[in-house]
Amino acid sequence: MHSSTSWLARPFRERATQLFLSILLAALATVTLLNLALPEGHPLHVSTYTVTLLGKYLSYALLAVAVDLVWGYLGILSLGHGAFFALGGYAMGMYLMRQIGDRGTYGDPVLPDFMVFLDWDSLPWYWLGFDMAGFAFLMVLLAPGLLALVFGFLAFRSRVTGVYLSIITQALTFALMLAFFRNEMGFGGNNGLTDFKELLGFDLRSDATRLGLFLATGIALALGYVLCRAIVTSKLGRVSVATRDAEARTRFLGYRVERFQLFIFVVSAMLAGVAGALYVPQVGIINPSEFSPIFSIEIVLWVALGGRATLYGAVIGAILVNYAKTVFTGVMPDAWLFALGGLFVLVTVLLPKGIAGLLAYRLKPRRLQREPTDPSSPPREASA
Amino acid sequence: MNFLHSLADRDRVFDFLVPATSPVDVRHGPILYLEDVTVSFDGFKAINDLNLTIDDGELRCIIGPNGAGKTTMMDIITGKTRPDRGSVWFGSRHNLLAMNEPEIASLGIGRKFQKPTVFEALTVFENLELAMAADKRILPTLTARMTGEVRDRIEEVLATIGLTELRHRLAGILSHGQKQWLEIGMLLMQRPRLLLVDEPVAGMTEQEMERTAELLTGLAGKGKQSVVVVEHDMGFVRSIARTVTVLHQGSVLAEGSMDQVSCDPKVVEVYLGADPDEEAA
Amino acid sequence: MKIPPCLGRMLALCLLAWLPLAVSAQDDGGQPLLESLDAASYAQMGEAIEAIIESGDERSRGWLEALLGGKLQRHKETGRFVVVLENRGRDWPVADALTGEAFGEMSRRDLDRLGINNALRGQLQSALAVLDLHVPDTRDRREAARALLGDVDASLVEPLEAVISGEEDAEVRRLLEQGLAIHRLEQGSVEAVASLEGSLNSRVRAALNSAARSDDPALAEAASSALADIEQKMKLNRGLETLYFGLSLGSVLVLAAIGLAITFGVMGVINMAHGELIMLGAYTTWAMQQLLPGQPGLAMVLSIPAGFLVAALAGIAIERGVIQFLKGRPLETLLATFGVSLILQQLVRTVISPLNRTVVTPEWMSGSIMINEGLSLTLNRLYVLGFALVVFAGLMLVMRRTRLGLEVRAVTQNRAMARSMGIRATRVDIMTFALGSGVAGLAGVALSQLTNVGPNLGQNYIIDSFMVVVFGGVGNLWGTLVAGLSLGVINQVLEPWAGAVLAKILVLVFIILFIQKRPRGLFPQKGRAAEG
Repeated sequence: MHSSTSWLARPFRERATQLFLSILLAALATVTLLNLALPEGHPLHVSTYTVTLLGKYLSYALLAVAVDLVWGYLGILSLGHGAFFALGGYAMGMYLMRQIGDRGTYGDPVLPDFMVFLDWDSLPWYWLGFDMAGFAFLMVLLAPGLLALVFGFLAFRSRVTGVYLSIITQALTFALMLAFFRNEMGFGGNNGLTDFKELLGFDLRSDATRLGLFLATGIALALGYVLCRAIVTSKLGRVSVATRDAEARTRFLGYRVERFQLFIFVVSAMLAGVAGALYVPQVGIINPSEFSPIFSIEIVLWVALGGRATLYGAVIGAILVNYAKTVFTGVMPDAWLFALGGLFVLVTVLLPKGIAGLLAYRLKPRRLQREPTDPSSPPREASA
Repeated sequence: MNFLHSLADRDRVFDFLVPATSPVDVRHGPILYLEDVTVSFDGFKAINDLNLTIDDGELRCIIGPNGAGKTTMMDIITGKTRPDRGSVWFGSRHNLLAMNEPEIASLGIGRKFQKPTVFEALTVFENLELAMAADKRILPTLTARMTGEVRDRIEEVLATIGLTELRHRLAGILSHGQKQWLEIGMLLMQRPRLLLVDEPVAGMTEQEMERTAELLTGLAGKGKQSVVVVEHDMGFVRSIARTVTVLHQGSVLAEGSMDQVSCDPKVVEVYLGADPDEEAA
Repeated sequence: MKIPPCLGRMLALCLLAWLPLAVSAQDDGGQPLLESLDAASYAQMGEAIEAIIESGDERSRGWLEALLGGKLQRHKETGRFVVVLENRGRDWPVADALTGEAFGEMSRRDLDRLGINNALRGQLQSALAVLDLHVPDTRDRREAARALLGDVDASLVEPLEAVISGEEDAEVRRLLEQGLAIHRLEQGSVEAVASLEGSLNSRVRAALNSAARSDDPALAEAASSALADIEQKMKLNRGLETLYFGLSLGSVLVLAAIGLAITFGVMGVINMAHGELIMLGAYTTWAMQQLLPGQPGLAMVLSIPAGFLVAALAGIAIERGVIQFLKGRPLETLLATFGVSLILQQLVRTVISPLNRTVVTPEWMSGSIMINEGLSLTLNRLYVLGFALVVFAGLMLVMRRTRLGLEVRAVTQNRAMARSMGIRATRVDIMTFALGSGVAGLAGVALSQLTNVGPNLGQNYIIDSFMVVVFGGVGNLWGTLVAGLSLGVINQVLEPWAGAVLAKILVLVFIILFIQKRPRGLFPQKGRAAEG
């Protein structure tokens, strides 16, 4: 861990990361193979529908990794990460809207349908440039990143942390949800952005594009994971853990704690934005419900279930919960909220270290020494 | 034009070229100098016209009953509390009242809190690594590599505080005494010029106390560190102190060697006319 | 006063409702009055009309209206006076003019109409207009006088002046004078403006408006300046109204947040299911009304203790079942209680219904109080405002003056010390949490009067509640009160300017920024305990 390798190369030398990456890549390859090589109707054939569903899970997993980075390693429970996800999604959605061109219902070459419907005669200034993929993809990073920068700058500078921060992040995403519901905002109001046609010239309804999106999401997850791993195994990661457990002490060592918090918060927000951008073309819609506080808090549950401060736990949690959601809402939709609510209670009360905690305990009891101690109960600070 | 002139100015030393050692100027004697410092909380004067001078390399003990203002004094020196009036100088160059906590810390003033706060989720080694005097901005921290030099420095401090064997243990599982030493070690990693130590032996066993006394007396010395110890335990103070300052109601009541001080009638009166040892116990 | 024929018919129908009652009360000076109407000359008829008006008989209006509409008729054979209810076809349904009883149909050929001429028609119209000004009830007279504003014509001037001189109630006199003044204003009288000054009535304003456009410069100027005064007054009214709505919204916020101020502020427990406890209170009110059909008032009163109990019990269950295992882990508590909130919501959806339930507003809570003509306060909001203040005062008393309050504060400040002094900290935890939850239930009872009662009721308030508590300063009940009321007012002030949604967003953003500036809220707690 204290090797003299460059920080970006460090994760590749870790056994755990190697294992994670091999499993992920193997899974991607298997799904691709089962989708392409086997004929439809074969019992092992993975339909394109399933591929897209899996792609959606993977984008959620990336989002969960982003949340784990701030919650697990920095101790900041953000209840507003859905906002960053949604902003990334909207940036992508705006690009996809512009790609529709004159194929919309109203056939306007520039204006999206909902703007024609609202009788607008020109694009608002903030829609300019989104017809260029490069600009749009940049905004996928910048829009959530800027919001996180401004919000985090204000919050961390005045040392708003703990529960207070959680509550105001929740208020933030709530305010954004209300704002995006307004038609005047120019983001399609209630209905959001939808009816996308193509991405970079590829038809979004074609099987090949969908498989490509799935693979892209998988690779984004792998890269995001490695990036986060590189951060948490660097000295900066150790400063972050130190901040989590004893903020005043860390500040006293001469670290500008608020800047470290801001840096990690912004990185995490950008990752969430990328996750959102990959999510939107796969589900075909982005609307203000992604801003809803309940979605943001659900993300936290994925991380809690998988196991905080492990990163791979977040991936496991996101996939498990969302798979369960798919199954439940299909079979007995009424029971889903009961199950979700129960999961919240059970995980926090009975399984504070999540599934990763169970795995670590079962597989390698002695590894615990190397892992950060119980992140769920950070020691209280002397006098903050 | 000014900018060009400043570049041409050959005497100027750019900030990034200044060596990482403490720039404190002690040519005129004292390393820490408090004058007429007063601070009040809601009308209550916690510190009242306090004057205190610590010489370079000195080991000073500060005693006083509860509420005498010892912790508040530490807070003022480290920038946590702003006094209402007075001046606080570090050496003859640095006005501490004009600086914030991280700036003061990077200037070379280390503080050990009453309750040991080490990073329990990190190993002993990592705790020392974080404490090390280094470029503490974000990107250098992110890309920092473990060099042989750094490793040597950490090993050196590990040896000083006697935790070499435990270097890869999580700090959370250390004993109370070991945590205190680790914290002192973390201060040493910052190569401080002045160490503020708050009740270092509270809750320690007899053996641990001896070990701590050795550690502290070993640290102080000209050209090394100056050490200020706040302590209740009179036996411990007697075993390490060369000069003792007694604080009472926010100002200095007496100053001198332990024997002088404990004979001072004012001091005796403050401690309710009782033997100071008993009072402290 | 011109009464359109169809209105006359309706009034005649209305007679049916009250005539029988009237008859049983007085037997019966009506017959001779009607007899005298059936007179030989129009002059005599005019006198008879005067007599009827002066008699003060409650049926006079019906008779005169019928007479005006040509519906007061006399049966040729029996001489009985009848009111024709509907004069279509050959056989007309009729009612007895004296008793008001409908007794089937009569052939039009058997009936004699009491005819009138134009002079009598004029007399009747003005007589009808002033007739209501003779009723005994003052409020009815005021109503009648107000209805006359703008409808006064030359024929009414004299009778109204007569009424004014005999009227006791100043308000009725003022209204009538305004009515006359409007008439005079229309005639071009500048002096009339003086008696119209300061009135908020829309008819008065309409009259002044047209006078302000008159060709007579003196009149136009006087009218405009009077209008400006009125505009000023209306501005004040609108300000007061905004303040009232703001305080009303604020009182709702206070009610929703005050329980949270106890559980979060005092105990440090983040209860995300707080909103659902509010919802339970609201549903208790609904259930109470289902149990006591037809007695919404009683149900409402009983709901107050019931709502408190239900929510308090639910709170105890949450505390024992979840929160006690998560002591000192606020973020985990937040997540777990959020789970509880999901379960409670879904429970209500499954057991009761996913749709909104209607809660009836008891009669004594509906309607409004009129402060002046431009401003009236709705009663239900006023009640909720009062209720919020009472609940607040009650909580203050509990925290300041009772043993429980003392113990709560002791446990909050130093748990270990409190325990060593014999305070059963666990019991205090339960009691405190029950108290905070019970207050949430009370909030629900109150909210059921103002908003829809549905499974999402609580969700709508949870973020607002947290904002209020954090804004006011955690652990400070006064702070919660001030924060709640001021946020309510700020919201209402912004609303006309920015629209409801944007106002809400602005308030949220304002609080988010405020917290950055003052992380401990408006009224921060002081001392070491606050820094944990």
